[in-house]
Amino acid sequence: MTNQPLLEVRDLQTVFELDEGTVKAVDGVSFDVYSGKVLGIVGESGCGKSVTIKSVLRLIEEPGRIANGAIRFRSKILGNSSNDMIDLVQLPAKGAQLRALRGNEIALIPQEPMAAFSPVHTIGNQLIEVIQLHQPVSDEEAKKIAVTRLKEVGFPNPESAMDRYSWELSGGLRQRAMIGMALTCDPLLLIADEPTTAIDVTTQAQVLSLLRKLQQEHQTSIIFITHDLGVIAQLADDVVVMYLGKVMESGPVDQIFHNPQHPYTRALLRSIPTVHTKNRSRLPTISGSIPHPFQKRTGCPFVARCQEALPQQRCTNQTPVLKAINKHQSVSCFLHEEEVNAC
Amino acid sequence: MLIYIIKRLLLLPFLLVVFSVIAFLLIQAPPGDFLTSYIAELAASGSSMERAQIDALRALYGLDQPMYLQYFKWVGRILTGDLGVSLDWQRPISQLIGERMGLTLALGLGTFVFTWLIAIPIGIFSATRKYSFFDYFFTVFNYFGVATPTFMTALVLMWIAFKYYGVSVTGLFSAEYIDAPWSWGRVADLLQHLWLPVVILGLDGTARLARVMRANLLDELKKPYMEMARAKGLSEWRLVMKYPVRLALNPLISTIGWYLPLIFSGSVIVATVMNLPTIGPMLLRALISQDMFLAGTIILFYMMLAVVGTLISDILLAWLDPRIRLDEE
Repeated sequence: MTNQPLLEVRDLQTVFELDEGTVKAVDGVSFDVYSGKVLGIVGESGCGKSVTIKSVLRLIEEPGRIANGAIRFRSKILGNSSNDMIDLVQLPAKGAQLRALRGNEIALIPQEPMAAFSPVHTIGNQLIEVIQLHQPVSDEEAKKIAVTRLKEVGFPNPESAMDRYSWELSGGLRQRAMIGMALTCDPLLLIADEPTTAIDVTTQAQVLSLLRKLQQEHQTSIIFITHDLGVIAQLADDVVVMYLGKVMESGPVDQIFHNPQHPYTRALLRSIPTVHTKNRSRLPTISGSIPHPFQKRTGCPFVARCQEALPQQRCTNQTPVLKAINKHQSVSCFLHEEEVNAC
Repeated sequence: MLIYIIKRLLLLPFLLVVFSVIAFLLIQAPPGDFLTSYIAELAASGSSMERAQIDALRALYGLDQPMYLQYFKWVGRILTGDLGVSLDWQRPISQLIGERMGLTLALGLGTFVFTWLIAIPIGIFSATRKYSFFDYFFTVFNYFGVATPTFMTALVLMWIAFKYYGVSVTGLFSAEYIDAPWSWGRVADLLQHLWLPVVILGLDGTARLARVMRANLLDELKKPYMEMARAKGLSEWRLVMKYPVRLALNPLISTIGWYLPLIFSGSVIVATVMNLPTIGPMLLRALISQDMFLAGTIILFYMMLAVVGTLISDILLAWLDPRIRLDEE
């Protein structure tokens, strides 16, 4: 069972048809999420991480659409047997089946809890809502479950917090409330979309350790989206590095950090300051900026900024694909062709 | 919140003093007084009045006194609950207004309810199905509603009713019920007449309200809580009604209080055109004939309604929106 993934994303393509042209926000992304494991998706702003997880939740809105690919999820409520995988792409986006999954088996922790809570409904109201959507319980019982959840995520006095509004809480408590709400129905998969960007660093650490603790207690799988490699190192079991809608490299967290194979991953890691960094020295950055999304691209998306690009325009004329270079790690780069062939 | 309301209520007497001065200055602003326009009216119909008789009347009504004395006498009477006598109608003003109050309220509230019942659903549909046929249809329809003056709509509909159905739709009662005592038949007759002015007056407000609702809701539909609600598994319809509609309504509900004076005054022209026995046309007539006490009372009444209406708005908004309610504490 542990070797079977809970979620398989295969060759996912999500495009936005705008007046100016088609933007391939997610361009052939594949990854697996295993039960009880944390997958970190890391990348710069605009690399398609958020669109990827919105595609998994099937929350892509017009003018966006999933153009290709499969998102197979091992659902308990939709599958006939425990080994059935349901392709979420095939389900109607606004249909009852997906609604039964969302908030229940797949839950979201959003980026900005301030904006994601309704300002005119109490925390309790919004928690009870999701409980009663997915569980046939009375108001009393739903309230009890909600209070238990708030206690679990570290609310000092959960009963009174039920009657509070989101804007009355501190940033950390707000995000805790969100985590509590996401966990109410014991989801199989938790999707956290940069959940710590909106809070300060101290609180961030608390929220992360809370997430880690709850994840271990409930054996929940998590897809954790961030641009912060430090957070990934703290939390993730596996890592997917994305750039411009494509996966550059994926593998176990140790491999990615200690043995990065893709020039982009290496560049990212170089740009993290460490305690060994000399004072007043310049932090290495990745030169250049992300190409405009409307630009027609051939070749490797990273080529313009790559320091290790191959001679004879190889990287500009041909597009590398993601291939396994050893048992765990996959890289999308021509530098590793020999290893791929040997594999 | 309670303290806030009390504070506002304490301010009311002061505002009323200011308003009474303004109302008085307004009705005194046109040259001449009630008697000059009365004499002109008499002259137009070929008769005239003795000089002595005019002076006697002027003394009787106190029109020969200085303006500030007239003001204090007027306010003094109002404070004792005596609204005075209409110069034009020769009847107590409280009686005149009282007679028309019920029908004015019926028309105003009817229009208000009609407007909201029609406009809010249209606004919601237009916003959730933006750029659909439905949205465009109501956009065009609404522009017609806003652009056409209500008295024009009234005239056209009256003409159509008369020409094609042979019915006269002026007034609020059929001839046999006008002076009859209240009975079920009279109520039914009132409803038969009331709907047309309600629709005519409502069309204008509906168009505006629907556009505002659409714009408000479109703003709300883009908010992140929408995505969160979807991620929770809420059905589209339920989540739209629970979150964005609620938030989009708040600014509208905060304007409900402003309708209070409009309910009484907004329909002057239509009511005149359709010969409705409401307060609006009475004010118009009082202003033309310089019936200063009647006009002054009605204007003062409108101003008071505006203050009370604003207070009601504030209370409603605080009651609906916890962000405001809890901020006050």
